[in-house]
Amino acid sequence: MSGAELPVWAALPAAVLLVAGGALTLIGAIGLVRLPDFFSRMHPPSMTYTLGTGCVLIASMIVSSALFDRPVLHELLITLFVVITAPVTAMLLARAARYRTRPRRVP
Amino acid sequence: MTALANGLFDYAAWFASLCFVMAMLLALVRLFLGPAAQDRVLALDTFYLNGMLSLLMLGIRSSSTVYFDMALLIALFGFVSTIALAKFLLRGEVIEP
Repeated sequence: MSGAELPVWAALPAAVLLVAGGALTLIGAIGLVRLPDFFSRMHPPSMTYTLGTGCVLIASMIVSSALFDRPVLHELLITLFVVITAPVTAMLLARAARYRTRPRRVP
Repeated sequence: MTALANGLFDYAAWFASLCFVMAMLLALVRLFLGPAAQDRVLALDTFYLNGMLSLLMLGIRSSSTVYFDMALLIALFGFVSTIALAKFLLRGEVIEP
């Protein structure tokens, strides 16, 4: 830390949210490595996209609001962006994978 | 009480940073190991997002707002590159005439 003291009402929820976000992200990455095929491998990173990012961004909002003594809400931009773009990415990747693994027609 | 809570927050921030770095390493494993191209694209997307989260952790721990803009830019680049790669895998061309 940079020497700035956080009040208790900000430090404790931020700590809980950071631990939860880190654990969820790590579980998502382990699932990405361990699951057997591509379509089941698409599921664990979405945990990173929604829960991990949400937890860390809420913790960041709490900490900067407590440090600057005013509500700091610009982290909502990243949340909004990630929430909008994650389904688009997942759907396009799934369509690409389904197209590439289609059964070949025997001539 | 305040010192205790701040110490707890410090440990939590270290734990989260460590988790994000380990998640980036695991995504790299999938990136090098992935049998098909779509696995590699998915691993690259996860890698981008974990990098963004590590930058946000840097911003939380150093209590500055510079890292927020970098995190937003990295999220943007990750989205655009993943969409371009997926479009290339789907159609063989990124921008079609």
